[in-house]
Amino acid sequence: MEAGTPQVVKLEDLRVPGQLSGRKHILSILVENKPGVLARVAGLFSRRGFNIDTLAVGPTDDPSISRITLTLDGAVHPIDQVTKQLHKLVNVLKIRDMEPEETVAREMAMFKVSAAVESRSEIIQFAEIFRAKIVDVSRRALTIEVTGSADKIEAFERMIRPHGLIEMVRTGEIAIARGSD
Amino acid sequence: MRAADALMESLKAEGTEHVFGIPGGANLPTYDALVDAEFRHIQVRHEQGGGHAAEGYAKASGKVGVAFATSGPGATNLVTAIADSMLDSVPTVFITGQVRTELIGTDGFQEADILGSTLPFVKHSFQVTDPRQIPEYVHEAFHVASTGRPGPVLLDIPQDLSRAEIDYAPRTEPVELAGYKPPSAPNVKQVRIAAKAIANARKPILYTGGGVVNANASEELRELAAADRFPVTSTLMGLGSYPASGENWLGMLGMHGTRAANYAMDEADLIVAIGARFDDRITGKLSEFAPRAKFIHIDVDPAEISKNVPAHIPIVGDAKLVLPALTREYRALQTDGSRLDGWWKQIKAWQDEFPLRYDEGKDGEIKPQFMIEAMHRATQGDAIVTSDVGQHQMWAAQYYGFDKPRRWINSGGLGTMGFGLPAAVGAKVACPDESVVCLAGDGSLIMNCQELATCVAEEIPVKVFLMNNGYMGMVRQWQELFWDRRYSAVEMGPSPDWVKLAEAFGATGLRCEDSADLEETMVKALETDGPVLLDVRVSPEENCFPMIPAGAAARDMVG
Repeated sequence: MEAGTPQVVKLEDLRVPGQLSGRKHILSILVENKPGVLARVAGLFSRRGFNIDTLAVGPTDDPSISRITLTLDGAVHPIDQVTKQLHKLVNVLKIRDMEPEETVAREMAMFKVSAAVESRSEIIQFAEIFRAKIVDVSRRALTIEVTGSADKIEAFERMIRPHGLIEMVRTGEIAIARGSD
Repeated sequence: MRAADALMESLKAEGTEHVFGIPGGANLPTYDALVDAEFRHIQVRHEQGGGHAAEGYAKASGKVGVAFATSGPGATNLVTAIADSMLDSVPTVFITGQVRTELIGTDGFQEADILGSTLPFVKHSFQVTDPRQIPEYVHEAFHVASTGRPGPVLLDIPQDLSRAEIDYAPRTEPVELAGYKPPSAPNVKQVRIAAKAIANARKPILYTGGGVVNANASEELRELAAADRFPVTSTLMGLGSYPASGENWLGMLGMHGTRAANYAMDEADLIVAIGARFDDRITGKLSEFAPRAKFIHIDVDPAEISKNVPAHIPIVGDAKLVLPALTREYRALQTDGSRLDGWWKQIKAWQDEFPLRYDEGKDGEIKPQFMIEAMHRATQGDAIVTSDVGQHQMWAAQYYGFDKPRRWINSGGLGTMGFGLPAAVGAKVACPDESVVCLAGDGSLIMNCQELATCVAEEIPVKVFLMNNGYMGMVRQWQELFWDRRYSAVEMGPSPDWVKLAEAFGATGLRCEDSADLEETMVKALETDGPVLLDVRVSPEENCFPMIPAGAAARDMVG
């Protein structure tokens, strides 16, 4: 018998795989560094109704190639369809749907917090616990830089918000695979 | 060499023989180079017409259609044709002039961001930023437009760059694009599984689409259908790839398809989709579409598979390669064909009970369906028929009975009124020895009737058969059926005197108002030299049936 195929294929046994994974996905997309590439990717998402949660774009070790890292919700969007549509863009070279266990993902955020004298030490303590850095100080405010997973940044935000969050800036996640590949 | 001359050289190297277009300020260098070019330029009268002519050319011949336009309004006039090419997967290359490089972004005279405005519906596009890119991009554009799932590619060239001097050497290497690898041969294992699934199906159906035409896989489709008397239906775009006179043919499916085809989809246990994309005009209410069926989906575009309907057995590949492999694997299984007897009995019962039918016209009244039948007789069923969009298009799809691929050229996905006449121009240029008939609607024809001037000036003898009912008929039908007959902006009267209009353009105008004279008048139109417009006055308020109301299920067909 020919290898790899069942002897009989019964229609009632045929199944389709589920379309929704139900979790957050990080797509790491290598694109040609050409004018308009980001517009093509962003336009594809908007016209197909896919919501991007975060987006980060930057150079790679090869100047002709850029990396777009974006996160989206696999509970809402069929990731397989998203990646297939992305592959149709001629300037898209490679797409990696990063496996959560196999991935180091980081995001940076800066928080500007109002810091009166009486609460200042508590805020500094939070920053230490989260291994955050205080990058600017004024009489009424502290600016704190946090790096970590999106969860960590959201946890820090929850801690700091009651003290009076003036402004928050986040980069969106970037990710790299663990190990040597 | 001047870059504009290199543009001509590279087009020639790609096998271009015909280009449709209109000059303007920003593409003056291109048109200057055209004087010495070795291919024929057809000067259309509106860029939209040029775009659709390129589509008609591509659909009739399978070759890449090419259209030129200038910057700004010239380019934006192409937009509808570009979108149309995208939705119907037509291999086309659109080359637009752009304002000089230093004016880009300044809202210069006749500046429009054509690259930005067409991003959502191009297969790919190129903005030239260095004149040396021009020949390179032409080759890449043809490669992308014509391979895999075909589609439109835009090449936007600033005026100053086409005047620049470059070193030109003809390209000898095949095009390689790092991010573009169209699939070709299918996964053998998947094909085997598909063959075995078909072998176990008791109610299978082949649901074919425009992909079969694009892949030039009609022969291969017939072989598969003949492997075991598989019933065949097709989308609007796939008509002709399986002959309408073939014994397994159920007629078109979908909104205005036959009941036999739609009921068979509804009852099938296995649907083999080949180069079709489960458009809403096919599925109707998605949740009630083919509720008993498992799906094999064969497509060259992986993104179409499981987009609308999840596939149980996906096969990515060119139908030209997939179908013979599937036929071979299926035949090797030596299945007992008698398992399909019950299925055919059921199908024949539907065919007998629900044939396409209409009430005959009385006292010489020309029923639109009769007009299509007369057209079939007058052309011996062998014309290339282009059409506009609306009732006449659906009646042609139902009643003409296409036996060969690339004979039915219409705008399916985008549904572009005004497509038919310019598409006929392109088809006739591509196939000068074939009889090319534009079946037009009166609502549609007026949208691009300026192309009659192109037909006359460029000596392109297309025959326009105008189904004139005085209405934008399909919209009227919907207003009648679903909007309480509150007619709103659908009357076309007072309409132009079409015979005089044809004559004003220098074409021949004919009119027919009596069913007894129709076929004879059509033959006369076909035998008259040069372009002819035949104004056929048909019943004004005939409805196109059967139909699945929008959002309803196949079993709820009406009419």
